[in-house]
Amino acid sequence: MAKKIKLSELGSLFNDMDVESLEGVTIEGDIELEMDTGGGFDPQLAYMLGHETAQIARHLINISRLLGYPVDQLFGSIAQGEVPGVTRPRQLLPSKFEVGRIEEWKNPIQEVILGATSSDGGTRKNTFTLGGENALPYYFDSPMPHRNHITMDVFDMPIGMAKAVKVNYEDVLESPAEWAKKVVNDFGADMVTIHLISTDPNIKDTSPREAAETVADVLQAVDVPIVIGGSGNPEKDPEVLEKAAEVAEGERVLLASASLNLDYERIAKAATDYGHVVLSWTQLEINAQKELNRKLMKQCGVKREDIIMDPTTAALGYGLDYAYTNMERIRLAGLMGDEELSFPMSSGTTNAWGAREAWMVGSPLKEDSDWGPREYRGPIWEIVTGLTLSLAGNDLFMMMHPGSVAVLKEITQSLHGSLERDAVDISDWVTAEV
Amino acid sequence: MKVNSPLEVYKFLPQTNCGDCGEATCMAFASHMIDRSLKLEDCPPLLEDKFRKKYLKLAELLAPEIREVIIGTGEHAVSVGGDDILYRHQLTFFNQPALAVDVWDTMSEDELTERIKFINEYKKFYVGRFLKLDMVAIRSTSGDPDKFKQAVTIAAGNTELPLILCSLDPKVLKAGLEVVADRKPLLYAATKDNWQDVADLMMEYDVPLVLFSPDDLDTLKSLAATFLEMGREDLVLDPGTNPQGKPLRESFENFLMIRRAGIKEGQHEIAFPLLAVPMTAYLANDDPVSASYWETVLASVFTVRYGDIMILHSIEPYALLPEMHIRDTIYTDPRKPVKVDPKVYEVGSPDKDSPVFVTTNFALTYYTVESDLASNDIDCYLLATDTDGLGVEAAVAGGQMTGQKVSDEFKRIGFDFSEMTAHNTVILPGLAARLQGDMEDASGLKVKIGPPDSGRIPGWMEKNWPPE
Ligand code: SF4
Repeated sequence: MAKKIKLSELGSLFNDMDVESLEGVTIEGDIELEMDTGGGFDPQLAYMLGHETAQIARHLINISRLLGYPVDQLFGSIAQGEVPGVTRPRQLLPSKFEVGRIEEWKNPIQEVILGATSSDGGTRKNTFTLGGENALPYYFDSPMPHRNHITMDVFDMPIGMAKAVKVNYEDVLESPAEWAKKVVNDFGADMVTIHLISTDPNIKDTSPREAAETVADVLQAVDVPIVIGGSGNPEKDPEVLEKAAEVAEGERVLLASASLNLDYERIAKAATDYGHVVLSWTQLEINAQKELNRKLMKQCGVKREDIIMDPTTAALGYGLDYAYTNMERIRLAGLMGDEELSFPMSSGTTNAWGAREAWMVGSPLKEDSDWGPREYRGPIWEIVTGLTLSLAGNDLFMMMHPGSVAVLKEITQSLHGSLERDAVDISDWVTAEV
Repeated sequence: MKVNSPLEVYKFLPQTNCGDCGEATCMAFASHMIDRSLKLEDCPPLLEDKFRKKYLKLAELLAPEIREVIIGTGEHAVSVGGDDILYRHQLTFFNQPALAVDVWDTMSEDELTERIKFINEYKKFYVGRFLKLDMVAIRSTSGDPDKFKQAVTIAAGNTELPLILCSLDPKVLKAGLEVVADRKPLLYAATKDNWQDVADLMMEYDVPLVLFSPDDLDTLKSLAATFLEMGREDLVLDPGTNPQGKPLRESFENFLMIRRAGIKEGQHEIAFPLLAVPMTAYLANDDPVSASYWETVLASVFTVRYGDIMILHSIEPYALLPEMHIRDTIYTDPRKPVKVDPKVYEVGSPDKDSPVFVTTNFALTYYTVESDLASNDIDCYLLATDTDGLGVEAAVAGGQMTGQKVSDEFKRIGFDFSEMTAHNTVILPGLAARLQGDMEDASGLKVKIGPPDSGRIPGWMEKNWPPE
């Protein structure tokens, strides 16, 4: 076998293959390389011909190997690694890094204000604005106008919760007002969510009127914006939320939630009548989210600035992959111009506590390695669940554990660029004694 | 990859529809190229001599935008990189990030051996398999080549996992390479100051290399261009992982920019896997729990946004578990079915006195329940009822799981309680408690309600089984 390849042919083969390193290389004259055991190829020659030709020689060897020529036997170690004559640049090749912005992100996410101060007919000390993004969160394409916010859960009756959570609330379980004060004053909650779960006919069947009193108590106890949640019972929630909306008139609360499996029109009407924002809740289904948002706007007349979405949060290890991708798709669609999806998002991050890794003493599987102390496992489960969704575009987090709240705030505000911290020298992390 | 429709691939295929690839047509095979579910080498005729040019052309067109780098050898070798997309829903991410846990050369031999044993063995069961750690990063904290060599020797003798040799001193790196070069460790790192000497090592020992240029992407790109010029493609980039404040935001942006340049803009010179060092959390936190938490946070951020290798220090389960899970979350193929076949499964070797449990055919739910039962040596039958892939709670709320439907499933499958059991009893999940009456009416069986979490079935069995 004695096949001959001309370097000029090789050049066109490379052009065809889009090999970048050959661009700008002109081959003058025709050097024939004989691929034969008799060997016409002289590595020294390549060396003497200088660097660029040596580059070509190296490519040639690689290509020849791909083409099936027994180069490895022919050239032995040369073909394996180093090709003699590949001179090393003496200095780093100068280079400048540049990257463009995403042109397709043309449509800003709707801004939505929660809470109302006395100048707007409410009694809150401050308001929070969500949304307004022109890019994925923390991207350099466009600054994120508002940081993420955290609302902490308060329930209108004592409920079962993971031990690591419960130890923080034992003294306030009987009083939603005290509970609300605690999360705002001690745990740094931006907002409070009062969950009226006792209204569920299968729990206590608390009347809407009584539930509304609880809401009034909470509004009295704290001066931050609030979220009002029903029990999740689709028959009962509309009347409960109507009464709650009435008693909170003018406060611009977030009413949680309107969904496709209950009378969302009544919830929407309660929000519009009393000046609140609607939480549009669907279950991990982008098309359902579009449908519900459309119905809220077209059929119920809810204004764009009065809608926030909850596309559903599943815990880490229990469907977070769906929740994450669903939110990221929603946010990207919104940024690229889908007006039915360009709203701020909210996450029931507390759902993370449903994961057995968050609350169980240890693994039920004897094959598993040790799960370690659950006091530390639970909060980090809530943090990682929230953090992941923050990267997908979630704006508002409903959370439970004070430690989780502190860490999630720290990371989201760091990524947002609004936290000053000492610079740390990382150039020598390898030798750190830790 | 440079193509996005099957037609563009089809042009270069043999077009004989011979079926050797297992597909009916070349066009069908072409669409598997586009979604990367088959490999070019799965078409035998294409490997014949006469198609070699087309094969090469296709290989070039189909190569992923981000290079794939292999670290280690044999069955424990780890591939990193190889991605073509920026967002998970566009296809899927390939090659999940490798979790590397550190050891250092000032540890005593016993400490070192024990830590490596832990890294080798740590595992958690999840959806039919175990989540595990992938690599050992050996840091030279002493700066002494002999000490490093010794640590590398001990480490190599105690693990088959791929190694990362970490030092910015070429003499130290060389000492390590002398022991383990044949295992193709990843070299950390070449910088703007030491790159010449490290390049010698890379060439001499033929190993993959990390380029480290903290907070300076121009220099990082220069380094990459220079090593490319030397003919090396087995590179990994570390743009620096700042642990806190605004510098952390900048590190995050750097990861985004590099990956966007590589995938969206086809900037060949910077299209390499990325390495993050969440363990810099320890440079910013003195308290070990805070440091461990923060390391987990950083690992999560860089798992979601484009890190391909993580160097970690904490071996606390509360750090490792979420790190392994978030990696799985982001790298699970969103296209793959998440249901198991709806049928009655046998766990262990059930007989007529064994319990019959019900769960759903959502893969996660099914595998969780199945492994809880098997791991606790409970012989039983387990129905994965067809809920269209929903979990119990959602299926009960949404009506995909009702007494009638579960009862019909048993009939459809042909599981006859009077024949298969001596107790005529079925056990519903605790989260489906409200279906009890329904189920009794529909099936005529005795219906018991199990615990809300299958992890508690062993305790439940003690109190409730056998039925009176
Ligand atoms: S093996 Fe190749 S030639 Fe045969 S059908 Fe498949 S793709 Fe076509």
